[in-house]
Amino acid sequence: MVDKSKVIICRCNDVTQKDIEDLIDQGITDIEMIKRITHIGMGPCQGRTCIPLVAAIIARKTGKSYDEIGIPPTRIPTQPVQMRILVGDDDEE
Amino acid sequence: MMKNKVDIAIIGGGIIGLYTAFELAKRGVENIAVYEKRYIGSGSTFRCGTGIRQQFGDEANIKMMKRAVEKWTNLGDEMDFPNFKMAKTGYLFLLYDEKEVKTFKRNVSLQNSLGVPSKVITPEEAREIVPTLDISEVIAATFNPTDGKANPFLAVYGLARKLRKMGIEINEYTEVKDIIVKDSQVEGVKTSKGEVKADIVLNAANAWAKIFNEKLGLNIPIEPYKHQGIVSEPFKLGEIKPMVVSFKYGGAYFTQKANGGLIGGIALKYGPTWDLTPTYEFLREVSKNFTRIIPALKHISIIRQWGGYYAETPDHNAVIGKIKEIEGYYLAAGFSGHGFMLAPSVAEGMADLITKGHTNLPFDFYDPYRFERGELREQAVQMG
Ligand SMILES: Cc1cc2nc3c(=O)[nH]c(=O)nc-3n(C[C@H](O)[C@H](O)[C@H](O)COP(=O)(O)OP(=O)(O)OC[C@H]3O[C@@H](n4cnc5c(N)ncnc54)[C@H](O)[C@@H]3O)c2cc1C
Repeated sequence: MVDKSKVIICRCNDVTQKDIEDLIDQGITDIEMIKRITHIGMGPCQGRTCIPLVAAIIARKTGKSYDEIGIPPTRIPTQPVQMRILVGDDDEE
Repeated sequence: MMKNKVDIAIIGGGIIGLYTAFELAKRGVENIAVYEKRYIGSGSTFRCGTGIRQQFGDEANIKMMKRAVEKWTNLGDEMDFPNFKMAKTGYLFLLYDEKEVKTFKRNVSLQNSLGVPSKVITPEEAREIVPTLDISEVIAATFNPTDGKANPFLAVYGLARKLRKMGIEINEYTEVKDIIVKDSQVEGVKTSKGEVKADIVLNAANAWAKIFNEKLGLNIPIEPYKHQGIVSEPFKLGEIKPMVVSFKYGGAYFTQKANGGLIGGIALKYGPTWDLTPTYEFLREVSKNFTRIIPALKHISIIRQWGGYYAETPDHNAVIGKIKEIEGYYLAAGFSGHGFMLAPSVAEGMADLITKGHTNLPFDFYDPYRFERGELREQAVQMG
């Protein structure tokens, strides 16, 4: 039996499979709410790894289809950008 | 199954709608339902800057916020959700010229007279609070240690969890299409999932509130403006504890969240508009202004940017109260950039107004009829 508290779903914010399943067991099955409580999809990788995994867990545990689950919007910038680059000050260093 | 008859129907599952439902439930009103067209918090509440401050420039907002902070402090316990905590990390306003200093000194004396422990401090003292600040142009600052921030996700989640335990119905993905009125009396709401009878309806739809008001022939000026926020990658915790505010640099405000990321924004706004697309102009201006305040931020990366509504009125103060023309219709909307922080006292006052007909909180200040009387309030101190 895998220890679900050791299975990392989101490496940016250190969220485990157990964290996600506990929320679903409490009745929180909306991916938007799971995102806000655990911060999945909100770290530097913008959900590239975790969102599909979380969607799969929700689908398995609730029987919802992927269409019903939906995908939270990706926010810009899709890759982290340093502020010095945005202010046009990238000649330092 | 959704109930088809309730005592009080609340439109909007943001912090105002949910907190008011909680205050009503505490007063023993159980047959309440909240209707939210998307998911709870999805309006402005989940898009906010998390800031909670008592440093306002007028008596009403200071009193409301003093009460709100007392309530924020106890909310975690009250909703049996100790994960939720207000962080009392303070608000630090950086001041750059004599005129600003004069206004803020006046504000601080008013705040002190009402029991808020804010004070005027030197630039060096400001740098003791936030060591990375560039104080070369700063001539003074104000700091209030009992201001701070709280996580809106946990506030909303905790309230909803508690409300559901108390038997209060929260209907997500349920849009209110119309408020049903007959002979100038509220009779209920028409929703995307059917009609519900109710003698009392609270419009807590904030940016969307005017849609209902217009349909009912009420002319109350609340307009949606696009504001934006950013979050950075996490960095060493404790670097930027308070909310730092600089009117000189873009009306910038920012603070470090519990996970180490920076959250904040500037005063740049667009509207009135329903468009929420993030703009590159904002990203660039944020970077320019933030790095003037703390140069070391140049090396920090922004990871997310989003748009959200400020529901604005002409004096940047909300519209809260009973609507005289329609019996049973109440409004609490138009919170500009400070509806999250005010929610506990707005909810308390609104619950008293509905159940007892009056509140001891200074609701007159937010009177929906002030505009038609031409009585604008002094502009609320506002960032962003
Ligand atoms: C970038 C930004 C930064 C901010 N920073 C701060 C800050 O630091 N501190 C602070 O105090 N405030 C801040 N604010 C303001 C704060 O977010 C709002 O004032 C507050 O969230 C208002 O709460 P509310 O419940 O009135 O509105 P909302 O959270 O918008 O809730 C209204 C709800 O009504 C729902 N709704 C609308 N129409 C219907 C309908 N027909 N049927 C059913 N439901 C409907 C919406 O979906 C929405 O969820 C900020 C806002 C933004 C955009």
